[in-house]
Amino acid sequence: MREQFTDILSKCSADYVEIRFEQNQTTQINYRGGKLEEVGRAYSSGGNIRALVKGGWGFVCFNSVDKLDDYVELAVKQAKLACGEGFTLTSKEPVVDIVEVPVKDNAADTPLVKKKQLFDEYNDIMLTSPQIQDSRIGYRDVNRKVIFANSEGSYIEQDKPDLTLRVTAIARGNGEIQQAGLSLGSVGDFSVIENLHDEVKEVARRAAALLHAPQVKGGEYTVILDPILAGVFAHEAFGHLSEADFVYQNEPLRQVMVLGKRFGGKHLNIVDDATIPGLRGSYRYDDEGMPATKTYLIHEGILVGRLHSRETAARMGEKPTGNARAINYLFPPIVRMTNTFIESGSTSFEEMLGEIKDGVYVRDWYGGTTSLEMFTFSAGEAYMIRNGKLAELLRPVVLTGNVFVTLSNIDAIGNDLGMNQGGGCGKGGQSPLPVSNGSPHIRIHHCVIGGR
Amino acid sequence: MMERVLDSIKGKAEQAEIFEVSTQIAPVYFEANRLKQIQSKESTSVALRIFKDSKVGFAFGSGVDDVETLIAMAVETAPFGPSANFEFPSSSDYPDVAVFDSEIPVITMEQMVELGSQLIARVTEHTPELLCDVEVIKGVSSVHLVNSQGGEARWDRSLFSINLEGVLTRGTDMLFVGDSDSSCRFFTDIDILASRIITQLELAKSKAAISTKQLPIIFTPRGVAGVLLAPLMLAFSGKAVLEGTSWLKDKLGERVFDSKLTIWDDATLPYRPGSCPCDGEGTPSQRIPLVAKGEVANFLYDLQTAALAGKKSTGSGRRSGGRPPAPNLSTVVIEEGKDRFEAMVKDMKEGLIVEQLMGAEQGNLLNGDFSGNVLLGYEVTNGSIVGRVKDTMVSGNVYQVLKEIIGVGNKARWVDGIFLVPHLYCPLLSVVTRT
Repeated sequence: MREQFTDILSKCSADYVEIRFEQNQTTQINYRGGKLEEVGRAYSSGGNIRALVKGGWGFVCFNSVDKLDDYVELAVKQAKLACGEGFTLTSKEPVVDIVEVPVKDNAADTPLVKKKQLFDEYNDIMLTSPQIQDSRIGYRDVNRKVIFANSEGSYIEQDKPDLTLRVTAIARGNGEIQQAGLSLGSVGDFSVIENLHDEVKEVARRAAALLHAPQVKGGEYTVILDPILAGVFAHEAFGHLSEADFVYQNEPLRQVMVLGKRFGGKHLNIVDDATIPGLRGSYRYDDEGMPATKTYLIHEGILVGRLHSRETAARMGEKPTGNARAINYLFPPIVRMTNTFIESGSTSFEEMLGEIKDGVYVRDWYGGTTSLEMFTFSAGEAYMIRNGKLAELLRPVVLTGNVFVTLSNIDAIGNDLGMNQGGGCGKGGQSPLPVSNGSPHIRIHHCVIGGR
Repeated sequence: MMERVLDSIKGKAEQAEIFEVSTQIAPVYFEANRLKQIQSKESTSVALRIFKDSKVGFAFGSGVDDVETLIAMAVETAPFGPSANFEFPSSSDYPDVAVFDSEIPVITMEQMVELGSQLIARVTEHTPELLCDVEVIKGVSSVHLVNSQGGEARWDRSLFSINLEGVLTRGTDMLFVGDSDSSCRFFTDIDILASRIITQLELAKSKAAISTKQLPIIFTPRGVAGVLLAPLMLAFSGKAVLEGTSWLKDKLGERVFDSKLTIWDDATLPYRPGSCPCDGEGTPSQRIPLVAKGEVANFLYDLQTAALAGKKSTGSGRRSGGRPPAPNLSTVVIEEGKDRFEAMVKDMKEGLIVEQLMGAEQGNLLNGDFSGNVLLGYEVTNGSIVGRVKDTMVSGNVYQVLKEIIGVGNKARWVDGIFLVPHLYCPLLSVVTRT
């Protein structure tokens, strides 16, 4: 395939052209209604061509490489129609590399019978717990092989294995339905989701406990976020705002997001790092063939960087960061996060707690979203804090805030950084993209919580 | 390909069903008011479902022509699959549902670029600093379903849609406006879309301050679709009812909602993107009342769930994301009421109009709970809209909110092409704002 790609790319009449071709194998297992409801295997293959002419892009995707010449011609024609104000991609040495990702206990090679046995065990634990009406297990592993070649002479083959597991217990009683869950993921390593029997039991216990939990009174609170939820906060509240494609053409927002501006206290450091081995957001090269980097977004409270594709870097005159990613061949790469986290500080959880008279402790994630200025995220688990001590369990809560205000309202950062590998990110119709988030415990003042 | 699969599977399975789709989509994207990217996407997919030793096996292939692998995968999954408790339908007689417009395949890139440019020009004429992302999409797909019991269905569908998302940034203050139109038919009239967005910009011009309290709320059609329908529709899945995770599970025939509320699911409406002659497993499409004057009237079933529940399939076996069919909606229609939007506003002493609630879908939807930040909404004081509300959270429970509503709008409109809904005027909800 390499020769075919190189040959076609060498005769293109565009400023830049790339070809991505991939083959994926997926196994999906779902439990619902007390039993295994669905086992499916899927395989797919396809690719795309992206062409750039004077700032306009053409993008053609296809299943078969038989008519590659025609597809290239169409992509260039589209790009010419879309062309306008051009920009110059930073010149780059071609990369030729083959990246294999070693997986300890590869889920793709794990027999279905072993997977089913494990999930049967988890399912039984939940269903035999008091007040549990139903259980859900959603499991998916993907083995993705991507070939990338561009008109600058780069040729890269990469393996991108991924695995996710979501376990949910649903309790019913007194005309109410409550649920609790657990989300995990790994770079294709099945052993990560084994031996979770105690955690699964705890999920079922928590769902049942929620039936008797009161709903919080809506209002402003001092909140402590656990490492999982604080990671979601880092991703939603600040990560998306750091994606240069939201900023580069919005002049007023560019003024707000000027590098060097203070956003939080000296203790606040937020990082996006695709180079950490073994995390779901990691890779050697992004989907434009750029090497992965570690990027400080906020350093000691000051905005110092943002995430770029080659285009946004060129248009803003900043250094590319290798953050252009696509969920599969049906989409062009866009600016995305990888592994985003708040670095550890020095406050212990007990110290944070001890200083709160009336607050809320929120744990685990349910979801999160952002409009850039505003963010909301929901906690899977919440407790009142009274006089420095954890008090009663609450119904799950949704928190909201204004990013420009909230970051400076973080007054304590814990010493217990944890990375969460469950979940995925959605943007521009591309979802779910494998990412991870993390943080130590953090404390935020004046956080709005919805409620009765 | 389908005949080859059916032939090869003989002797390896008791029954088989093949569902094949080939799609061509051509989106045109504008970013920050400028034409940015033109795309063309071709894809084919085939889903195989088999009964082997009375168990269901499933495999999905996309962009591949390898029949043997597909069959091997389905056979591999069958021993672990659910019991085969139903038969694939042998029918091939379906209602005539128009979902194809022959004009769509011949629309040119230039025409689409022109429509997008016109829309941006109209909206930025009103607010020059507004930055618009616009997508104009045309698509055509061919669907073919065959099973070993002699059942067969085949149809073509087309899609045309225009979506605009605009952002107005002043300092750190951001206003988000937007709307979309979609249909199986080509359309060139962008006036309604443009005027809806301009109305949003007008109403949001001044800012209003609101205090933390219980307030009545008018949900606009977009607000109804985005906030109330998601939790509500989960509860009408026959699967959720069977499992006991639907809040409505014991409530068939009961009056759970306000008697002004009538809702149905209808896959037979002509030229709607959710319509089709039959569902994803060959059961004919029909109009299904879900709520009749406040009473729970029906739940949605596919073949497998219907068999387990001792019911008949309602033709609601929908396929998505390379997975086997499951009961889901096609097009949701809430019947229009008698109340004019202007009269609802006039009736309000103090309240909110909610157009978009960010994060509303993240609550405990099974219980009907929602809570979200008002991304686009307006305050009403003494019967007049006074301005845009920000930094505000609205929370509620859909079953409490819809138990007694004050009014149902007399003009329903299409939202996202699949919801035909009016304004709903609801009594007190919790509103929390930053002090």
